[in-house]
Amino acid sequence: MIHVILPADLPFTGGVTRVEVQAETLKSLMLALEQRFPGLGEHLDRKMAFAVNGEIHQDAWFEPLDDGAEVVVLPKIGGG
Amino acid sequence: MSESPNTPKLSVIGGRPVRPDGVDKVTGRALFGADFAVAGQLCGRVLRSPHAHAKIISIDTRKAKALAGVKAVVTGADFPNLKSEVHEGGESSSDLRDLAMNVIAREKALYEGHAVAAVAAISPKIAEEALRLISVTYEALPHVLEVEAAMAADAPILHDHMRTGGVKPAPTTASNVAKRHIFERGDLSQGFADADVTYEGRYTTQAVHQGYIEPHACVAQWGEDGQCDVWCSSQGHFMIRAYCAKILNLPLSDVRVTPLEIGGGFGGKTTVYLEPLALALSRQSGRPVKMVMTRDEVFRATGPTSGAAMTVRLGAKRDGTLTAAKVELKFQAGAFPGSPVGAACMTALACYDVPNFEVLGWDVVTNTPKVAAYRAPGAPIVAFAVESAMDELARQLKIDPIELRLKNAVRDGVIAAYGPKYRNIGYVETLEALKASDHYKAPLGPNQGRGFAVGFWFNIGGESTASVHISEDGGATVTTGSPDIGGSRASMQMMAAETLGLPVERVRAKIADTASIGFSNVTGGSRTTFATGLAVIEACRKIIADATRRAVGTWGVEADKVVWTHGQVELLDGSKPPLTLADLAKESGKTGGPMSAEVALNAQGAGPGFGAHLCDLEVDPETGHVSVVRYTAAQDVGRAIHPAYVEGQIQGGVAQGLGWALNEAYLFDRDGRMENPGFLDYRMPVASDLPMIDTILVEVQNPRHPFGAKGVGETPIVPPLAAAANAVRSATGLRLNDLPLAPPVILAASDLAKAAE
Repeated sequence: MIHVILPADLPFTGGVTRVEVQAETLKSLMLALEQRFPGLGEHLDRKMAFAVNGEIHQDAWFEPLDDGAEVVVLPKIGGG
Repeated sequence: MSESPNTPKLSVIGGRPVRPDGVDKVTGRALFGADFAVAGQLCGRVLRSPHAHAKIISIDTRKAKALAGVKAVVTGADFPNLKSEVHEGGESSSDLRDLAMNVIAREKALYEGHAVAAVAAISPKIAEEALRLISVTYEALPHVLEVEAAMAADAPILHDHMRTGGVKPAPTTASNVAKRHIFERGDLSQGFADADVTYEGRYTTQAVHQGYIEPHACVAQWGEDGQCDVWCSSQGHFMIRAYCAKILNLPLSDVRVTPLEIGGGFGGKTTVYLEPLALALSRQSGRPVKMVMTRDEVFRATGPTSGAAMTVRLGAKRDGTLTAAKVELKFQAGAFPGSPVGAACMTALACYDVPNFEVLGWDVVTNTPKVAAYRAPGAPIVAFAVESAMDELARQLKIDPIELRLKNAVRDGVIAAYGPKYRNIGYVETLEALKASDHYKAPLGPNQGRGFAVGFWFNIGGESTASVHISEDGGATVTTGSPDIGGSRASMQMMAAETLGLPVERVRAKIADTASIGFSNVTGGSRTTFATGLAVIEACRKIIADATRRAVGTWGVEADKVVWTHGQVELLDGSKPPLTLADLAKESGKTGGPMSAEVALNAQGAGPGFGAHLCDLEVDPETGHVSVVRYTAAQDVGRAIHPAYVEGQIQGGVAQGLGWALNEAYLFDRDGRMENPGFLDYRMPVASDLPMIDTILVEVQNPRHPFGAKGVGETPIVPPLAAAANAVRSATGLRLNDLPLAPPVILAASDLAKAAE
């Protein structure tokens, strides 16, 4: 089971900030969250990054998730 | 400072070889954007709006087109109308419709300097005469420049379709507020109730420009066969390709962009201004078109960063433990949405382990040039506010400012205010290194003060491609798709040399055009040494695997009987002399053909950067003039691949930050026209304004990079604004909350303070 922490102002979630889903990769995590909160999957894919046990991943569908991993959803990051 | 026990001894990394682009640059041979030329090129010029906000009623180009020597005239009508579409092509996502309308105005001009038409002619004189012959009928509209004025209920509205995002219920009326951001944790009220002391301040900063020495410049050629070429300097030629293709409705494969040397970008060259115009002019004229901005145009029409209005409230226990923080940020976006307020919200409290907080941000459009990324976008602005407030809190609590930061410092395992749990960070080590410096103990002279501040930047990874070719004599050429704005060719050479076991002089690094190497994200986000470096190292490892395979075949032995070491393949039993890369390359035609490898990847696991700065300055009590007399910057850099370049990045960031703190600001007249669009009146620091900036490189390595690298280019611009303001506070007793800290501001505040006594 993956422990997911969502920002409180994320759309489509109704303010839910903690969920648990079954997923093996970040792509399957997005699909699982889309099922739970319709519309959220595309938003996550286009606008959000994922911190997997503290390490930030952007646009990394196939990043593997170990059972019990903590995934924090945060806005994508750019720079100058 | 810390070393991984498994790190092998390095022979190239950490050295200071001569920079590979140095001779070309000091002799003037290097080709920057304005140096490039193509036979038969025309001269392009842009007509810009004199109004800060106006409807464009009509544009009559007939007289300009009839002028002898004019070969093309384009307006917004010559470009497709794009639908709103977020495109992940540049530094971060951009709305293509906004991007296209910033390149050339359609129904409205949204700031003074907004392009409304462009011409191409056989000479600059004729092009400029043609601009004078274009008749534009405007209906001037009320304008708004300041962020809080733009948020007012009665403010002139820039975009009738815009509704504020991130608020519930969704608004039904137009607003200049594009988006609300919020980050929060814990119980804010309880946090402030638990505090023994609180401090609250309000802060403002002005729009400032990145100030790159090289103006925007390009040459574009639209071929008869529809194949387009663009030569330009930018932070990402794949970004230029994508934006040009989208704005002109072309397939990417019809556009090739060749990078030229870049004379500074600092985030400001992560978008397009001239390139689509030059292509459209070339399409119409059938000739290549060269366009070079004047400095005036660079100031009036290209991205500064945001001006801002901010409030910070902090609560703490008597021992200094933070209990609560409330931050509100209002950022100018310029004419289209997209200020860096989101990143500012995320970095605001990134250095602090505070249990209860709320960070609220507002992205607000104004009749000023659309902001562009500027080195750690948003972070220096909010750090000015938070670090100024922390300095006052330290004074209230009578705690040493570094001790107060140590007391509340984030460490591995702490959950960052922006979400994830920190790992492998070197913040405490950086604070300790600065605290132990001679500078921190040095006495101050008369009228001098010392300021301290910290800063954070995320650093990113992203997509990069690199190829490595071994020449017939065993040397290597490394090719990437990442423009070199801060020494990346040197670091690519060094990482390849270290991996291949070659002397650094036997490796050359080049940057290929968009048709000659795979996609790479822009050079930005402090990502290139980390991410493109990873691609280079992986490509070198492929070369090593290939070399080993060839040696096995050459010797006719089992694969487990050989080993790659010190740049050569050796037989474990030592029965034959080793085969070097040169030996293997010489016979490569017989062992499978040229030795070459390419790697394309999307790098993950970039390590964040933390900096801690000390600024000593002297304030002339008669004039209010500030002289920086000593400056030391400590930073966790992961591992310095080429320490001289890392030091240069830190020194450059500090210099820019001090200019932002002490001098720089966009000044507008009552009609919204910029009054200081040149380096005489827009005063950036020059070498004679600054002392030697001392650096302390703290090396807490990033385990996701083979040599431990972290990004270094952006963090150093984050603390200087507050470090300077805190030093002025120390020198004069004046807490000045509005940048820049120019002499008249200091004198006026000083006079007020004296009058109050």
